[in-house]
Amino acid sequence: MRRAYFKFSWIAAALLAPQLLIIFVFFYWPSAQALYWAFTLEQPWGGGNTWVGFDNFRKVLSDPYYWGSVRVSVIYALATTVLAMTMALTLAIFVDRQLVGYKAYRVAIIWPYAVAAPAVGLAFQFVFNPGAGIFSYINSIAPGWWDLSKYPWQAVTAIVVAGAWKQVAYSFIFFLAALQSIPRSLTEAAAMDGARPLRRMIDLQLPLLTPTFFFLLVINITDSFTDSFGIVDTLTGGGPFRATDLMVYKIYADGFRGFDYSGAAAQSIILMLLVMALTFVQFRYIERRVHYT
Amino acid sequence: MAEIIIRNAGKTYGKTTIMQGIDLHIHNGEFVVILGPSGCGKSSLLRMIAGLEDISTGEIEIAGTVVNGLEPRERGCAMVFQNYALYPHMTVAENIGYALKVARVPKAERLARVAATASSVGLGDFLDRRPGQLSGGQRQRVAMARAIIREPKVFLFDEPLSNLDAKLRVQMRHEIRRIHNQIKATSVFVTHDQHEGMTLADRLVVMNKGTIEQIGTPAEIYDHPASLYVAGFIGSPAMNMLPGTYRSNRRGVLLESGAFVPVALTSELGDAALVQVGVRPEHAELVLPGTGTFDARVDVVEELGPARLCNLMLEDIPVSVLTDGRPDLRSGTVVGVRLDLDRLHLYDATSGRRVQTGAHVPLQAMAAQTI
Amino acid sequence: MIERTPILNLATHVILIFGLVIILVPIWLAFVAATQTLQAVNSAPVELWPGDQLWVNLQQAWAQSDFGPKFVNTLIVAIGVVVGKITLACITAFALVFFNFRGRVLIFWMIFITLMLPLEVRIVPTYAVAANALTPFQTIMDWTGISWLITALSGVEVALEWNLLNSYTGLILPLVATATGTFLYRQFFLTIPDELVEAARMDGAGPLRFLWDVLIPLSKTNIAALATIMFVYAWNQYLWPLLVITDRASYGMVVVQLSDLVPDQLTTGGGTPTWHLAMAATLVVMLPPIAIVILMQRWFVRGLINPDK
Repeated sequence: MRRAYFKFSWIAAALLAPQLLIIFVFFYWPSAQALYWAFTLEQPWGGGNTWVGFDNFRKVLSDPYYWGSVRVSVIYALATTVLAMTMALTLAIFVDRQLVGYKAYRVAIIWPYAVAAPAVGLAFQFVFNPGAGIFSYINSIAPGWWDLSKYPWQAVTAIVVAGAWKQVAYSFIFFLAALQSIPRSLTEAAAMDGARPLRRMIDLQLPLLTPTFFFLLVINITDSFTDSFGIVDTLTGGGPFRATDLMVYKIYADGFRGFDYSGAAAQSIILMLLVMALTFVQFRYIERRVHYT
Repeated sequence: MAEIIIRNAGKTYGKTTIMQGIDLHIHNGEFVVILGPSGCGKSSLLRMIAGLEDISTGEIEIAGTVVNGLEPRERGCAMVFQNYALYPHMTVAENIGYALKVARVPKAERLARVAATASSVGLGDFLDRRPGQLSGGQRQRVAMARAIIREPKVFLFDEPLSNLDAKLRVQMRHEIRRIHNQIKATSVFVTHDQHEGMTLADRLVVMNKGTIEQIGTPAEIYDHPASLYVAGFIGSPAMNMLPGTYRSNRRGVLLESGAFVPVALTSELGDAALVQVGVRPEHAELVLPGTGTFDARVDVVEELGPARLCNLMLEDIPVSVLTDGRPDLRSGTVVGVRLDLDRLHLYDATSGRRVQTGAHVPLQAMAAQTI
Repeated sequence: MIERTPILNLATHVILIFGLVIILVPIWLAFVAATQTLQAVNSAPVELWPGDQLWVNLQQAWAQSDFGPKFVNTLIVAIGVVVGKITLACITAFALVFFNFRGRVLIFWMIFITLMLPLEVRIVPTYAVAANALTPFQTIMDWTGISWLITALSGVEVALEWNLLNSYTGLILPLVATATGTFLYRQFFLTIPDELVEAARMDGAGPLRFLWDVLIPLSKTNIAALATIMFVYAWNQYLWPLLVITDRASYGMVVVQLSDLVPDQLTTGGGTPTWHLAMAATLVVMLPPIAIVILMQRWFVRGLINPDK
């Protein structure tokens, strides 16, 4: 709490108003409305909504397609996170050694952050395309083996690879920064103690990265639930046969294509709770631990 | 130029009262130093005068107006901060002129005044530099120029010299006093350094734990410290404190070591009252053992240059004597100490208040105690 | 480098190059595809070396998707979002840090919670609001009886309407609120020494003056960092523009255009997939944000990682 501040006046209120207004109109109101729709059902002949309690939720939760979507979302989240973070960590540790070309490596690894999700999806659709991309080569040896639009597991693999690819840059930046904030005196002390570089990696760097690791873990998982829309839309469109129907995508499909507002709303609430839980965990338990270097 | 009258001021944070019952009257053009250790409330008092902190009880009057509810800019005060608080992205000229810019002084006039003020503090050549390019002393001057240019009724200084090295501090002390003599503005200066307080003040206000212990000129405070606290705080090397009991039948104090110090009281004191006899190191002299007020053992002798500080131990009570001879004293030697009985200070050990004695200290004949 | 480790250095380079290749391969393939003819791009095995059709393909993709106006639109929206976000973040953080009032903590949390409500979880109702941005106020007025009151007093029916669909406002406004930006600014403002604020008060500056004369000049690096991240974010917006804009000719954004280029039954009518055009378009769309990220790399990393939390 600072001790130096200005007396509260209309100025402060005026400064806060714009953002609060926008948050109210575009965040809180829609969220409240989603809640409302989730608990009601729109009359087929117009005339407002009727309260149906948890019916919408029950419908959603008993829908096998919904659980399929949850399953895929979880697989996607875990797989992309593991892949992306492993890659990012490895790259960060080796880039941190600051050998020749260090700056170039850094730039090259960072810029995928700037690529839009649908662009990633599209590029990867090309890469994974059975007829025109790399896999056409495989298909010439084993015809019809690779076909995204036929085999669910291939589609899921495709979006996982695309998603992981996109997430590496962000984690890389954080890992690298954390590594570079390790005081040089620590490294030197370890060297004096007889630890060689590889040993230092295991005993010194990795443990000191733990806070960052947990922080990124939650961010990656949370983002994979929400950021994946663009990739799915351009790579697989949710198919084949809903194999890549991530929760986010299903909400969009049900709400905007299927016009099932109540169902989409119920799903949104569930997703909202999930994301809130994850963010809460992150800030409550992990953010605190990030600062002890 | 303004009078500051503080009546029964107090400050409370939540449930904690950090200051109460402060009464102070600062005259026009006076340089008052508020002196005290960290946490005594001196900075809070200054900030209450400035308007940076609200006053919880009592009132503050500046130039005849009660300023309790007024914003800082409405009070006519200028402040020099401990860490200078210069705007890092503005040049020296812009820093100095900022208050004028806010007051919408026309540009030509503003630039002229900035130039004049800057050269009066010796910064004429630095107008285009940024604070980051200046030394500590130069930054201090910018902070002062920023205050001077506003021609305020009151100058406030919040420990401005704490961050300077010793030599610079002395230099800046003279600068501040010189500027004060020139401008003759009322100044309130806060510090924990009793040196600064003694050398700068027209009058000193000694604070401790949220209350004022004593107000007076440096000489008054030096010669007649009103409490144990003030006696120990003012003067370097510090005053010696000898614990003992007052014996009314013998008209003196029996020290714990058994030595006896005759004291002529001019006020009441109960028999067997616990007291502390205070005597400054310069008011004691080394004599042959057995010929003085008591004997003590030499512990460590410090060479000060113009004098020597002999740290002795009377049983387990430390006693220091300032001597300008260069006696060859080895640790462990027993020496005699003769106290100047006319220069003793007596304090009630329980209340800490001064007990009036008949010790005659000629106020006019105050020796300039430069350290 | 503390000791000499030639073998480890070699291994490092190998690993890094390997990683680099993995990262760059998709882009490289896309690039190569963009340089080929329709036949070449669809033939197996895939070409690993660029052809010569880059310029031709780019032009065709550009014309086909009508990228010209769309680039302008995206630029307008991106700049609008950046300016809006930075301004809002700055003034909100300023109010939260430099003023003391009841409910300060509450408002802070209200903004914080929005981090947990990304667009994807509220697309349907947010879209409904965009269709009529004044719905919340209308509903509140209806519920509290104010509308009834107004109608009764003046005979005027209260029907507020502000359609944000198919407009720049609709694209920019919902994206402009920013919890991350506000927090970043807040961190920065918390590092301003108390004394600086007090000196300004003594100099007679009020809060707005202080903000303009002192805080904003000092936050220049902050602004650069935020601007970079937010530009990339705004440029790459996909879901929201997809929903809000149906009039693609006037308001379409480049990234959304990509969804039209997915070569499938719809776009090619059963003919050969036009991958070369799709990839060329992808390249075009990717270019501005990548350029910004590379040029402003320093600011951008600072924007993500605040060194003094």
